[in-house]
Amino acid sequence: MERVMMKGNEALAEGAIRAGCRFFFGYPITPQNEIPEYMARRMPEVGGVFLQAESEVSAINMVYGAGGAGGRVLTSSSSPGISLKQEGISYLVGAQVPCVIVNVARGGPGLGGLTPSQSDYFQATKGGGHGDYRLLVYAPGNAQEMVDLIGLAFDKAEAYRNPVMILTDAIMGQMMEPVVLPPLREVSPDKPWATTGKKGRSKPNLINSLGIVGEDLERINVELQAKFARMAADEVRYEADGVEDADLVVVAYGTSSRVVRSAISRLRQEKKKVGLLRPVTLWPFPQQILAELAAAGKRFLVVEMSAGQMVEDVILSVNDRAKVTFFGKLNGTVPTVKEVYDRIMSLLPEGGEE
Amino acid sequence: MKKIFAYPRALSPKRTHYCPGCTHGIIHRLVAEAIDDLGIQERTIGIAPVGCAVLAYEYFDVDFLEAAHGRAPAVATGVKRVHPEAIVFSYQGDGDLASIGMAEIIHAATRGENITVIFVNNTVYGMTGGQMAPTTLPGQKTTTSPYGRDTATVGYPIRVCELLATLDGPAYLERVSVHDPQHIIKAGRAIRKAFALQVAGKGFSLVEVLSSCPTNWGMTPTQALRHIKEVLVPYYPLGVFRAPEEVSGDDA
Ligand SMILES: Cc1ncc(C[n+]2csc(CCOP(=O)(O)OP(=O)(O)O)c2C)c(N)n1
Ligand code: SF4
Ligand SMILES: [Mg+2]
Repeated sequence: MERVMMKGNEALAEGAIRAGCRFFFGYPITPQNEIPEYMARRMPEVGGVFLQAESEVSAINMVYGAGGAGGRVLTSSSSPGISLKQEGISYLVGAQVPCVIVNVARGGPGLGGLTPSQSDYFQATKGGGHGDYRLLVYAPGNAQEMVDLIGLAFDKAEAYRNPVMILTDAIMGQMMEPVVLPPLREVSPDKPWATTGKKGRSKPNLINSLGIVGEDLERINVELQAKFARMAADEVRYEADGVEDADLVVVAYGTSSRVVRSAISRLRQEKKKVGLLRPVTLWPFPQQILAELAAAGKRFLVVEMSAGQMVEDVILSVNDRAKVTFFGKLNGTVPTVKEVYDRIMSLLPEGGEE
Repeated sequence: MKKIFAYPRALSPKRTHYCPGCTHGIIHRLVAEAIDDLGIQERTIGIAPVGCAVLAYEYFDVDFLEAAHGRAPAVATGVKRVHPEAIVFSYQGDGDLASIGMAEIIHAATRGENITVIFVNNTVYGMTGGQMAPTTLPGQKTTTSPYGRDTATVGYPIRVCELLATLDGPAYLERVSVHDPQHIIKAGRAIRKAFALQVAGKGFSLVEVLSSCPTNWGMTPTQALRHIKEVLVPYYPLGVFRAPEEVSGDDA
């Protein structure tokens, strides 16, 4: 295992290569350009393919072809580009094609700004494109998780035959941190379901999402929903830090969870009972643990770099059993430790000391 | 006894959903014959469009992917990059290829992507009920050009072979027709050549086939074939727009 200093975006790209990803299709957009640039250099070294597509629309459809043909394939983009990919993502789900999609999110709506944002949570977790579908969505909290979660993402994408999304942001992408890299893996594209050419098979393989007869479409959807139910049951991941004896649990992911962690460590030095619940999977959402904490009488603060998106899932999870307060930043800036500290202080009960 | 005519192996013996007199079926057969002739059935992968040929995967006995509307060249690119030894073709209508999918076809062509494109030009959106296509002729009536295509407000048809011939990328571009037996034989040769070039690794090949849509043209099958000959061919001249020097018509 090697330990190196890497930028989040590059750690993610190298993590993908180590996980056996040999195909990358993308289109330039800030703040994710380090990923395609890294891939352009690195793919030829491992016998892989980097191709700059003519648009995000083309890129995601190249992903559909490569994934349907059995390849471990990645695309990355940022918010406006991810919007363009939505039709393709819907097709990928419908045709059960595995792939990994990275969103290094920036502020919106529209052209928005280049600054880090968490305002694509709805798009990532509630569908995004047309039809009844879900993606497995991972939100890394540090550079090491960029490496670990992208490796996991490829394995899960293939296990479920479903696209997996990594939702991160510009700060996570630009930050340099030490990471431990796993060894290089090779994964064969010869999957039994993939379009590889018949090669002696008696029946051709088909990658398709068309269910032109009503019953066909119902059958496809029933199959997909059963798969999403399995994902919801088995794939929840979160980090719970000091939540058991906390009066207040702060819920945050990605960049905002890092700010929250700093504020909480100061508060703990001052003997305040505050915990952090950091969802690592945004879908499936860690509902169960939140419901349990609510039943145990905790209150919640949700911190996001958005007008309040994940907070809706927290409210749904606690289901009126607890008070949920929201603190968000809209202007593409990151909340400061002081802001979060003050907000938490204002919510703590009198004499909240241990 | 020697069998001189049989169902192509690369075609599944199924009844198609195409309208009576529609030439999509003939074009399917020509593609299947080319696959048989070249002995590439076991390594061929097709990409179906969104359009009347959306169910093409039902009729060919080869691996298939069904692409989003217009994106077949991008899907073909993804497949080909994973399996360079496979023979990859897309089968696309004129709305699919020359309207919504224009970016994908131009860029696949200019990359010289080693794939084959079968481009079926019937001057309308067949599947959605006969709306105006980018290839609809001046004055042609469709459901969204009920007074005839008015070039003053909606402009002119796109000639895809001529457009792609401005690029350095393509290896082979030819326009053919299937309105009578002689032209069907010629079309078959062009399609075979396009596949042969891919087998030889020569790069991007596209065959544009002028095709009938009696249903949306409001014609009988025979009127529709005559319409191709008398109206389409003069506007969309048949011929080779990019010839690969290395591979001759006979051995390809
Ligand atoms: C994104 C999207 N837009 C529109 C459609 C509707 N649509 C289906 S087929 C088609 C046009 C097909 O025409 P063409 O490509 O010429 O094929 P033909 O049916 O004539 O063979 C359209 C517009 C769609 N399925 N997806
Ligand atoms: S609508 Fe036109 S193109 Fe479609 S099957 Fe019928 S005749 Fe052929
Ligand atoms: Mg058409």
